[in-house]
Amino acid sequence: MAILIVAEHDNATLKGATLHAVSAAAQIGGDVAVLVAGEGCQAVADEAAKVAGVAKVLLADNAAYGHQLAENVAPLVAELGKDFSHILAPATTTGKNLLPRVAALLDVGQISEIVAVEGADTFKRPIYAGNAIATVKSLDAIKVITVRGTAFDAAAAEGGSASVEAVGAAHDAGKSRFVGEEVAVSERPELTAARVVISGGRGMGNGENFALIEKVADKLGAAVGASRAAVDAGFVPNDMQVGQTGKIVAPELYIAVGISGAIQHLAGMKDSKVIVAINKDEEAPIFQVADYGLVADLFEAVPELEGKL
Amino acid sequence: MKVLVTVKRVLDYNVKVRVKADQTDVDLTNVKMALNPFCEIAVEEAVRLKEAGIASEVVVVSIGPKAVQEQIRTALALGADRGIQIETDAMPESLSVAKLLAKIVEDEKPGLVILGKQAIDSDNNQSGQMLAALTGMGQGTFASEVKVEGEEVLVTREVDGGLQTVGLKLPAIVTTDLRLNEPRYASLPNIMKAKKKPLDVKTPADLGVELRAHTELLKVEPPAERAGGIKVASVEELVEKLKNEAKVI
Repeated sequence: MAILIVAEHDNATLKGATLHAVSAAAQIGGDVAVLVAGEGCQAVADEAAKVAGVAKVLLADNAAYGHQLAENVAPLVAELGKDFSHILAPATTTGKNLLPRVAALLDVGQISEIVAVEGADTFKRPIYAGNAIATVKSLDAIKVITVRGTAFDAAAAEGGSASVEAVGAAHDAGKSRFVGEEVAVSERPELTAARVVISGGRGMGNGENFALIEKVADKLGAAVGASRAAVDAGFVPNDMQVGQTGKIVAPELYIAVGISGAIQHLAGMKDSKVIVAINKDEEAPIFQVADYGLVADLFEAVPELEGKL
Repeated sequence: MKVLVTVKRVLDYNVKVRVKADQTDVDLTNVKMALNPFCEIAVEEAVRLKEAGIASEVVVVSIGPKAVQEQIRTALALGADRGIQIETDAMPESLSVAKLLAKIVEDEKPGLVILGKQAIDSDNNQSGQMLAALTGMGQGTFASEVKVEGEEVLVTREVDGGLQTVGLKLPAIVTTDLRLNEPRYASLPNIMKAKKKPLDVKTPADLGVELRAHTELLKVEPPAERAGGIKVASVEELVEKLKNEAKVI
């Protein structure tokens, strides 16, 4: 078997999500190749070559791939992927955007967001917002799969010595162009990679009050998240959303503040190692999954918590 | 410009999901079904494009047994003009869905196809991207803003870490994210009017598409339960437990 992993990167550095996909590939078994498609991304290829367990890095360095436009990258992955038994990508917005397009070009199905490898063709994946876990067997010759990062440990970033091979093929479909982006700038760690996450819900009352949990986050080196209710209420932007329709996180410590614990939210954080809930409603469902629950007014408890850290 | 919107009938998002005792699937007997929330956002966006004078007609398509006509009628009540049901009792997988939709796109020649980014039952997040591949169109997935400008549609996408805007040549595929719009409620007069709007029924055979299985569902089980923890009485106790018992701070 041979596995092709589509690397997640920003042309400068390899994103950690890729390392989790490498671990999933190791569980499937077989030679692992990593495709780095981008523009001016040699450094990413060099980084990928050092990842433990990677046998080969394919580098497609071309202006058409600079912004990961699926219209251009998918034909490349489909072309290269014909020689592999599996094509994997992290289940990030980039991977989710790209891989179904690849699968359709290859006339095969896709298995989305696997959380366990049961065999070379059999995988577990959550359905119904994580309220059920399906075991599915792929019937296709080429298995196209996205990998939920939180379900697999990261492969070691060092220790490998893969060869880097340039692949020439350039595909510019001419259907799409990159216009611009607004990347949230934050000194804090990324939500999906943070060791500690503190999230606020509707109970925060407004966006300004998120400053309370930001102060705690700064003391703990934590990322700040939010429930869908807080996003829908306009308190904070959507890229902070933790939940089935937002980001899936599994940090060592997750602190839920003013979050009732809708199924939707639980699906995004219930695999955290330790969960703390602070909520004034002692009936809130969040307490059923919390290791430590504190029934208290968050506007008193959170500043007190900050003071004691 | 014609806009094609797809809708899927799914378990209502307020209903508690139960796995069948024999672990073959989720139990859908006698439960409330509804329009997939992301599809509802797709319908709303299409209707808004029509109200803004950009779309000339909104065609809504759904795949499934006769019951899906209920969701098509809901979309018609929200403002779509006519419906197409692709009748099948099978639950086609995403690639088959995309193949069926590609045939409808071939027939209808829409300027824009709007789909939900995922259905809340299978959580696949695939059909829009696959349809884009099969039709060779550009794709604006996870859209939070859609602007048609001349021969191009500008789609602002919800991506990890922020927002990305892409320009796609028309015709193009858009899949909706949550913040694209807030769908309206259908008014009673519009629900009545929707009953009289045209609804065509086609079969996969009519469209020349053979439904193929790409996966086999071996088992469906409930997720591992998380054991509940304890309640602490004070912030002080919480900090003490996190430091000394859980050892996470």
